[in-house]
Amino acid sequence: MIVLNVFLVGFLIVCAIAVERTKDLLSAVIIFSAYSLIMSVLWLLLKSPDVALTEAAIGAGVTAILFIAVIARTERMES
Amino acid sequence: MDDIILRTISRLIIPFIEIYGVFIILHGHVSPGGGFSGGAILGTSLILYTLVFGVEKAQKKFSHKVSDIAESGGILWFILIGLVGIFVTGYFLTNINAGFPIGEPGLLLSAGMIPLLMIGIGIKVASTMITLFHTVIEEAHHGSA
Repeated sequence: MIVLNVFLVGFLIVCAIAVERTKDLLSAVIIFSAYSLIMSVLWLLLKSPDVALTEAAIGAGVTAILFIAVIARTERMES
Repeated sequence: MDDIILRTISRLIIPFIEIYGVFIILHGHVSPGGGFSGGAILGTSLILYTLVFGVEKAQKKFSHKVSDIAESGGILWFILIGLVGIFVTGYFLTNINAGFPIGEPGLLLSAGMIPLLMIGIGIKVASTMITLFHTVIEEAHHGSA
Protein backbone atom coordinates (compact mmCIF):
# COMPACT_ATOMS: atom_id res chain seq x y z
CA MET A 1 0.00 0.00 0.00
CA ILE A 2 2.88 2.37 0.79
CA VAL A 3 4.36 1.72 -2.67
CA LEU A 4 1.03 2.63 -4.30
CA ASN A 5 0.79 5.79 -2.21
CA VAL A 6 4.32 6.89 -3.12
CA PHE A 7 3.66 6.16 -6.80
CA LEU A 8 0.42 8.20 -6.78
CA VAL A 9 1.99 11.16 -4.98
CA GLY A 10 4.94 11.09 -7.41
CA PHE A 11 2.53 11.12 -10.35
CA LEU A 12 0.72 14.04 -8.70
CA ILE A 13 3.97 16.07 -8.40
CA VAL A 14 4.93 15.31 -12.01
CA CYS A 15 1.45 16.39 -13.17
CA ALA A 16 1.60 19.64 -11.19
CA ILE A 17 5.00 20.57 -12.64
CA ALA A 18 3.85 19.64 -16.17
CA VAL A 19 0.75 21.85 -15.92
CA GLU A 20 2.98 24.78 -15.04
CA ARG A 21 5.62 24.06 -17.71
CA THR A 22 3.50 23.34 -20.80
CA LYS A 23 2.75 26.10 -23.31
CA ASP A 24 -0.27 24.37 -24.94
CA LEU A 25 -3.28 25.30 -22.79
CA LEU A 26 -5.41 22.37 -24.06
CA SER A 27 -2.68 19.92 -22.96
CA ALA A 28 -2.51 21.73 -19.62
CA VAL A 29 -6.25 21.26 -19.07
CA ILE A 30 -6.03 17.53 -19.88
CA ILE A 31 -3.03 17.07 -17.55
CA PHE A 32 -4.94 18.95 -14.84
CA SER A 33 -7.88 16.57 -15.37
CA ALA A 34 -5.56 13.58 -14.85
CA TYR A 35 -4.23 15.32 -11.71
CA SER A 36 -7.79 15.54 -10.37
CA LEU A 37 -8.47 11.88 -11.10
CA ILE A 38 -5.31 10.76 -9.23
CA MET A 39 -6.20 13.15 -6.40
CA SER A 40 -9.62 11.51 -6.18
CA VAL A 41 -8.02 8.04 -5.82
CA LEU A 42 -5.76 9.48 -3.10
CA TRP A 43 -8.77 10.88 -1.21
CA LEU A 44 -10.28 7.39 -1.37
CA LEU A 45 -7.08 5.89 0.09
CA LEU A 46 -7.22 8.53 2.84
CA LYS A 47 -10.67 7.10 3.77
CA SER A 48 -12.62 10.14 2.63
CA PRO A 49 -15.02 8.82 -0.05
CA ASP A 50 -17.21 11.91 0.19
CA VAL A 51 -14.45 14.26 -0.99
CA ALA A 52 -13.31 11.67 -3.57
CA LEU A 53 -16.78 11.63 -5.15
CA THR A 54 -16.92 15.42 -5.34
CA GLU A 55 -13.36 15.65 -6.71
CA ALA A 56 -14.12 13.13 -9.45
CA ALA A 57 -17.30 14.92 -10.50
CA ILE A 58 -16.11 18.53 -10.22
CA GLY A 59 -12.34 18.35 -10.75
CA ALA A 60 -12.14 15.79 -13.54
CA GLY A 61 -15.50 16.55 -15.17
CA VAL A 62 -17.03 19.99 -14.95
CA THR A 63 -13.82 22.03 -14.52
CA ALA A 64 -12.17 20.48 -17.59
CA ILE A 65 -15.28 21.04 -19.72
CA LEU A 66 -15.57 24.69 -18.65
CA PHE A 67 -11.84 25.32 -19.28
CA ILE A 68 -12.09 23.75 -22.76
CA ALA A 69 -15.14 25.90 -23.54
CA VAL A 70 -13.18 29.00 -22.55
CA ILE A 71 -10.14 27.91 -24.64
CA ALA A 72 -12.47 27.50 -27.63
CA ARG A 73 -13.31 31.20 -27.27
CA THR A 74 -9.71 32.40 -26.81
CA GLU A 75 -6.29 31.24 -28.00
CA ARG A 76 -4.94 27.74 -27.60
CA MET A 77 -1.24 28.55 -27.27
CA GLU A 78 0.25 30.58 -24.46
CA SER A 79 2.25 33.49 -25.86
CA MET B 1 -21.68 17.05 -33.76
CA ASP B 2 -23.96 14.67 -35.64
CA ASP B 3 -22.70 11.12 -35.24
CA ILE B 4 -24.97 8.08 -34.92
CA ILE B 5 -22.64 6.23 -32.52
CA LEU B 6 -22.42 9.22 -30.18
CA ARG B 7 -26.18 9.80 -30.27
CA THR B 8 -27.07 6.15 -29.60
CA ILE B 9 -24.56 5.68 -26.79
CA SER B 10 -25.56 8.97 -25.13
CA ARG B 11 -29.24 8.04 -25.29
CA LEU B 12 -28.38 4.76 -23.54
CA ILE B 13 -26.03 6.18 -20.91
CA ILE B 14 -27.66 9.49 -19.88
CA PRO B 15 -30.59 7.89 -17.94
CA PHE B 16 -28.14 5.79 -15.92
CA ILE B 17 -26.03 8.86 -15.03
CA GLU B 18 -29.15 10.72 -13.93
CA ILE B 19 -30.39 7.80 -11.81
CA TYR B 20 -26.93 7.63 -10.17
CA GLY B 21 -27.09 11.35 -9.39
CA VAL B 22 -30.58 11.09 -7.88
CA PHE B 23 -29.44 8.05 -5.86
CA ILE B 24 -26.51 10.00 -4.40
CA ILE B 25 -28.76 12.98 -3.58
CA LEU B 26 -31.40 10.85 -1.84
CA HIS B 27 -28.83 8.76 0.11
CA GLY B 28 -26.85 11.83 1.23
CA HIS B 29 -27.48 11.24 4.94
CA VAL B 30 -26.70 7.50 5.11
CA SER B 31 -23.81 7.06 2.65
CA PRO B 32 -21.00 9.15 1.08
CA GLY B 33 -22.19 11.92 -1.16
CA GLY B 34 -24.97 14.41 -0.77
CA GLY B 35 -26.61 17.33 -2.48
CA PHE B 36 -23.44 18.87 -3.96
CA SER B 37 -21.90 15.68 -5.40
CA GLY B 38 -25.20 14.33 -6.72
CA GLY B 39 -26.15 17.68 -8.20
CA ALA B 40 -22.78 17.89 -9.97
CA ILE B 41 -23.35 14.43 -11.49
CA LEU B 42 -26.87 15.44 -12.62
CA GLY B 43 -25.44 18.61 -14.19
CA THR B 44 -22.74 16.56 -15.95
CA SER B 45 -25.40 14.40 -17.61
CA LEU B 46 -27.12 17.53 -18.96
CA ILE B 47 -23.74 18.86 -20.19
CA LEU B 48 -23.24 15.55 -22.06
CA TYR B 49 -26.66 16.04 -23.68
CA THR B 50 -25.68 19.56 -24.76
CA LEU B 51 -22.35 18.38 -26.20
CA VAL B 52 -23.94 15.60 -28.29
CA PHE B 53 -27.27 17.06 -29.42
CA GLY B 54 -26.34 20.74 -29.73
CA VAL B 55 -27.18 23.79 -27.70
CA GLU B 56 -30.49 24.53 -29.45
CA LYS B 57 -32.10 21.19 -28.53
CA ALA B 58 -30.70 21.43 -25.01
CA GLN B 59 -32.17 24.93 -24.64
CA LYS B 60 -35.59 23.49 -25.53
CA LYS B 61 -35.24 20.86 -22.78
CA PHE B 62 -33.70 23.15 -20.15
CA SER B 63 -34.20 26.81 -21.01
CA HIS B 64 -33.02 29.82 -19.01
CA LYS B 65 -36.56 30.25 -17.66
CA VAL B 66 -36.57 26.72 -16.19
CA SER B 67 -33.08 27.18 -14.73
CA ASP B 68 -34.13 30.50 -13.14
CA ILE B 69 -37.05 28.75 -11.45
CA ALA B 70 -34.85 25.77 -10.40
CA GLU B 71 -32.08 27.91 -8.89
CA SER B 72 -34.36 30.30 -7.01
CA GLY B 73 -36.64 27.45 -5.97
CA GLY B 74 -33.75 25.40 -4.59
CA ILE B 75 -32.42 28.15 -2.32
CA LEU B 76 -35.93 29.30 -1.30
CA TRP B 77 -36.80 25.71 -0.32
CA PHE B 78 -33.62 25.62 1.85
CA ILE B 79 -34.55 28.93 3.56
CA LEU B 80 -38.16 27.80 4.06
CA ILE B 81 -37.02 24.64 5.88
CA GLY B 82 -34.68 26.78 7.99
CA LEU B 83 -37.49 29.19 8.87
CA VAL B 84 -39.58 26.32 10.26
CA GLY B 85 -36.87 25.96 12.91
CA ILE B 86 -36.97 29.73 13.67
CA PHE B 87 -40.74 29.77 14.14
CA VAL B 88 -40.87 26.63 16.32
CA THR B 89 -37.76 26.86 18.52
CA GLY B 90 -36.09 30.20 17.71
CA TYR B 91 -32.95 28.82 16.01
CA PHE B 92 -32.29 28.59 12.23
CA LEU B 93 -32.25 25.03 10.79
CA THR B 94 -33.34 23.27 13.99
CA ASN B 95 -33.77 19.61 13.14
CA ILE B 96 -35.33 17.19 15.61
CA ASN B 97 -36.48 19.72 18.23
CA ALA B 98 -38.60 21.52 15.61
CA GLY B 99 -40.79 18.45 15.15
CA PHE B 100 -39.23 16.78 12.12
CA PRO B 101 -39.64 12.96 12.44
CA ILE B 102 -36.31 11.29 13.23
CA GLY B 103 -37.16 7.88 11.75
CA GLU B 104 -34.91 4.89 12.30
CA PRO B 105 -31.15 5.67 12.11
CA GLY B 106 -29.44 4.06 9.12
CA LEU B 107 -32.57 3.74 6.99
CA LEU B 108 -33.50 5.97 4.06
CA LEU B 109 -36.34 7.73 5.92
CA SER B 110 -34.34 9.16 8.82
CA ALA B 111 -32.36 12.22 9.99
CA GLY B 112 -35.34 14.57 10.07
CA MET B 113 -35.07 17.38 7.51
CA ILE B 114 -31.63 16.54 6.03
CA PRO B 115 -33.05 14.65 2.99
CA LEU B 116 -35.36 17.59 2.22
CA LEU B 117 -32.39 20.01 2.35
CA MET B 118 -30.35 17.66 0.13
CA ILE B 119 -33.07 17.69 -2.55
CA GLY B 120 -33.01 21.51 -2.63
CA ILE B 121 -29.19 21.69 -2.82
CA GLY B 122 -29.11 19.03 -5.56
CA ILE B 123 -31.58 20.90 -7.79
CA LYS B 124 -29.69 24.19 -7.32
CA VAL B 125 -26.22 22.74 -8.03
CA ALA B 126 -27.40 20.82 -11.12
CA SER B 127 -29.06 23.88 -12.65
CA THR B 128 -26.02 26.06 -11.81
CA MET B 129 -23.68 23.66 -13.65
CA ILE B 130 -25.83 23.55 -16.79
CA THR B 131 -26.40 27.34 -16.75
CA LEU B 132 -22.64 28.04 -16.55
CA PHE B 133 -21.95 25.74 -19.50
CA HIS B 134 -24.84 27.09 -21.61
CA THR B 135 -23.74 30.69 -21.01
CA VAL B 136 -20.15 30.05 -22.16
CA ILE B 137 -21.22 27.98 -25.18
CA GLU B 138 -23.87 30.49 -26.32
CA GLU B 139 -21.40 33.40 -26.31
CA ALA B 140 -18.90 31.33 -28.33
CA HIS B 141 -21.71 30.59 -30.79
CA HIS B 142 -22.55 34.25 -31.30
CA GLY B 143 -18.89 35.28 -31.44
CA SER B 144 -18.04 32.96 -34.35
CA ALA B 145 -21.21 33.67 -36.32
